[in-house]
Amino acid sequence: MTDALEVRVKPMMLPGHIRTPAYLRGKTGVIERALGPFANPEQLAYGLKPEQKKLYRVRFTMAEIWGAAAENPDDTIDAEIYEHWLEKV
Amino acid sequence: MPHDHDHFHHEGLSSSGHPYRQDNDTPLTYWQQMEIAVREILIEKDIITTAEIAAQIEAMDARSPAQGAAVVARAWSDPDFKARLLKDAAEASREMGFDIGPLKLIAMENTADTHNIIVCTLCSCYPRNLLGLPPDWYKTRAYRSRVVSEPRAVLREFGVELPQSTRIRVHDSTADMRYIVLPARPAGTEGLDQDALAQLVTRDSMIGTGLPRQPDLPRQAG
Repeated sequence: MTDALEVRVKPMMLPGHIRTPAYLRGKTGVIERALGPFANPEQLAYGLKPEQKKLYRVRFTMAEIWGAAAENPDDTIDAEIYEHWLEKV
Repeated sequence: MPHDHDHFHHEGLSSSGHPYRQDNDTPLTYWQQMEIAVREILIEKDIITTAEIAAQIEAMDARSPAQGAAVVARAWSDPDFKARLLKDAAEASREMGFDIGPLKLIAMENTADTHNIIVCTLCSCYPRNLLGLPPDWYKTRAYRSRVVSEPRAVLREFGVELPQSTRIRVHDSTADMRYIVLPARPAGTEGLDQDALAQLVTRDSMIGTGLPRQPDLPRQAG
């Protein structure tokens, strides 16, 4: 995945230690930058041998996340999301 | 106000006017017991020593926002350093001699039309290895939930009013990176050296909930 690509956070609701905040699940944003591979915290948290997962900074607009309730629709939230939580739009 | 409750009495104020903190003689929580148990086992097995634990706590307590302020002041004064800071803030901080361990740091620059704010909605991720421990409010559910849904209202409570034309970018530290805001250099500071500039850089200005001090105003207490 490359910069400026449009991606959606998978709307999965899994139990356990997860670094994808619920308020971003199902939301669409664009890749702000790629951060490289990191050990998957969903495995690290349980003492399992972690796979390397690519991590991305994804930029979402307030309009996408909060709809009409946004203070300013064009303000943004950037968050780090692992590749297995992202799908191309 | 009836005095039938067991906390906060006017006569129970310290000489600085704050209520005395309650003695912590409640039972230990599960996680407090777990921490003590793990620590004692590690010491018993000669994996770490009590002196090493005390030294590590001292090293963390010795870190303070002054380190970040020095980084910001240098970025304001040295365009080449600023470019390196924006490329890799951890390497730039190490270059200044700060022992930040394995910290991975991204600096976000405030400009005339962009204002950045840092949060960790999931827990309390903060660039501790550079700035020291986070303020208590940074870890509260109120800050963590509100700054992503109404950052402008939160900023107003911190005394920062930004026009709608300023783009606010909230950065949620959800995974492996930590963040520091590079505030905009205040006007009227052209003649100041790096030490004087660093005095203008507040902790909150590096979180994004505040702006740097103005050079001609008296420094606020606290």
